[in-house]
Amino acid sequence: MPRQVILAAHFPGVNNTTVWSDPAAGSQIEFSSFAHLARTAERGKFDFFFLAEGLRLREQRGLIHDLDVVGRPDTLTVLAGLAAVTTHLGLAGTLNATFHEPYELARQLATLDHLSGGRAAWNVVTSSGPFFGANFRRGGFLDHADRYTRAGEFIDVARELWDSWAPLRPDRDTGVFADTGSFAHDGPQFTVSGRFGVPRSPQGHPVVLQAGDSDGGRELAAAKADAVFSRHHEIEDARAFYRDVKARLPRYGRHPDSLKIIPGVSFVLGDTEAEARERAHDIRRQQVSPQTAILLLEQVWNRDLSGYDAEGPLPDVEPAGDEESIAEGRAGQYADRFATARKWRARAEQKNLSIRELIIEVTGRQSFIGTPARVAAELNEYVQTQACDGFILVPHLTPGGLDEFVDTVVPLLQERGVLRTEYTTTTLREHLGL
Amino acid sequence: MAFIAPPTPLRLAVALDGLGWHPAAWRTSPADAAAVFTADHWAGLVREAEAGLLDLVTFEDTFGPPTDAPGELNGRLDAVLVASRVAPLTRHIGLVPVATTTYTEPFHLSTALATLDYLSGGRAGWQARVSRRPGEAALLGRRPAPIGEEAVRDLFDEAADAVEVVRRLWDSWADDAVIRDVATGRFIDRDKLHAIDFAGRWFSVKGPSIVPRPPQGQPVVAALAHGPRSYELAGRGADVVFVTPSDEAEAAEIAARFRAPEPALKVFADLVVFLDDHGGDALARRNRLDDLHGSSWHSDALIFAGSPEQLADLLVAWRAAGIDGFRLRPGALPYDLEAITRLLVPVLQDRGVFRTREPSGTLRSRLGLPPAVNRYESPEGARVA
Repeated sequence: MPRQVILAAHFPGVNNTTVWSDPAAGSQIEFSSFAHLARTAERGKFDFFFLAEGLRLREQRGLIHDLDVVGRPDTLTVLAGLAAVTTHLGLAGTLNATFHEPYELARQLATLDHLSGGRAAWNVVTSSGPFFGANFRRGGFLDHADRYTRAGEFIDVARELWDSWAPLRPDRDTGVFADTGSFAHDGPQFTVSGRFGVPRSPQGHPVVLQAGDSDGGRELAAAKADAVFSRHHEIEDARAFYRDVKARLPRYGRHPDSLKIIPGVSFVLGDTEAEARERAHDIRRQQVSPQTAILLLEQVWNRDLSGYDAEGPLPDVEPAGDEESIAEGRAGQYADRFATARKWRARAEQKNLSIRELIIEVTGRQSFIGTPARVAAELNEYVQTQACDGFILVPHLTPGGLDEFVDTVVPLLQERGVLRTEYTTTTLREHLGL
Repeated sequence: MAFIAPPTPLRLAVALDGLGWHPAAWRTSPADAAAVFTADHWAGLVREAEAGLLDLVTFEDTFGPPTDAPGELNGRLDAVLVASRVAPLTRHIGLVPVATTTYTEPFHLSTALATLDYLSGGRAGWQARVSRRPGEAALLGRRPAPIGEEAVRDLFDEAADAVEVVRRLWDSWADDAVIRDVATGRFIDRDKLHAIDFAGRWFSVKGPSIVPRPPQGQPVVAALAHGPRSYELAGRGADVVFVTPSDEAEAAEIAARFRAPEPALKVFADLVVFLDDHGGDALARRNRLDDLHGSSWHSDALIFAGSPEQLADLLVAWRAAGIDGFRLRPGALPYDLEAITRLLVPVLQDRGVFRTREPSGTLRSRLGLPPAVNRYESPEGARVA
């Protein structure tokens, strides 16, 4: 039997990759949008739905960023609602280990697992800067170096709490409901004790995903996670990441299959290769409006470029120095602005590109472009050749961006025998083969 | 025959908790007691309440476990998530979970409740509660909260700050902030989003919210109040206050106390109910549960055991005394809930004091609360600095 392809559906987020200007783009906040994407994913026999978390609206040059989708719901609340309109689909959400406490989050995740019949998953991330902290009691207290220490111990505490109940067998004759649930944990980040309030949930442990890409993040994934939400989607890069992370597992006494590696990817389909490429280009132009092109260039130049014409040549000024980034609230900022600027300038000059054309080229080509047959073949090749164990698909449109994939690519994956045609398992852990 | 004034309609809520409010109720429930942790249990209860045309249900919660006593139902699911789980399954009933303020983040509370309002199409509420039980601080690794008058006062002041932050965040987006203007490339008009810049003794919150203004603008905020201190909290921040009078005279006194300073506030009286066609059966059930419990169980609210007609008499009398509505706490679930929806409601309808058709509109409008005006937008629509 060939390796099975894990599939997840990412609700389109607040990056410029989500196209809101298209007439087909729907609400980013009404529940019907979330329900549509989740039901579509379930129709395609996906493993899980994925929702990111908002902690503060993004800013650039001290102003709320207004060019991309703004506004999103609370993660856990939406996932609980989706449990009512789906039956098998896993429900995964990002929840920040800096701005939640283990007792409360473990309780909420165990609740979600009960209310969904064993479909809850948690993507652990951390934040260290003061930006997000301004909305929370704790402020931005976490040392950058302590991020993975806190995340790791947070996961440990959550699992101790989830393990604190024996199987629930209320005995009405003796009158004992439960005599269980006590815990005590004493560590560098958390010293907590008492009694946990939620009986053991259907999965025992909700599925834990980890998204950090640094060495510390990879090590944390190898030590404690069930799955990695990776960003490596070029095939050689993905294979290298896959080998690196899986090679870390034996040190923790874990089998390579006990950790799934699932990159976030985008896709564009067409009846012909040429049509798909054309659609991909049109989508890129929608994703990079003239205003967005200037804004993304500012993130490298780190200065106000609002006076420049996006359809004209690159600015003649050089990037500003090493002061703090003008962009707040986003992941993956540029490590070396000067080197990036030199590279971009060379490329623009060589190909005679405008600012907008350059930004379209350098900031995020779609991962899979082609006919359904070609995309199905490529996705399968990634999994069979161990570049990954599956994909978190990020549609560019809310809420209908996955419809075509499920209608056209899913049947081809099913024909190949690499995607289930019916759900044969109940919990997300079982879907994933954990 | 004396002239009898036409009766005033009353509002009816049910407080859901586990398998009923009596601590021994789980031992007589027809269902497996472990089923209380399933979605089906909650969906069944809320659908029953909705079929009875009730105004709202509340979902009990505490930060820590409901109790540590091995002989009682000593586990509980998170109430906001339970309400969210049943929201898509229901159409008109208000959904009001308890969420605590002492060890939680006001920002998360605000966004979760706003999201519940979206999930339910404007039927969300929130019963705010402090955490003051021994042991709860240790769950987070905090030092035990100090005891004494001043410490309790601080807890309630902090809760009032939390309510204020939650409410400001709900207003931090104008209703028309999303513009999707393709010509200028702007998704929002950022001048219609407002930092809340709250700075208090216990926390500071910058804002704005990550969630656009919820359908109701301001979901309904409720609080249970037992005495002057919690009356004050309720009066400062709530739309609905749940109170626990022990008789009609006290009901009148409490209603008058709130009516004077807060005329818009809705006062609901809490009652634990055991309800059977024959009042004697209800009393017998209560006694049997007390026997199983090993002692006579008392509640903060008056315990009623009797017939639907007797309970209707009480509700109509207290309504006349100034109480706006009632939150009934079923002694045993689902038994006493079904008695409320199938026995009590028809009696109240016959007496002309309760609706006979499905209510429409938001929870706010149903309760007679005024439309929520955004504090950051003046009546003319101009922005307040």
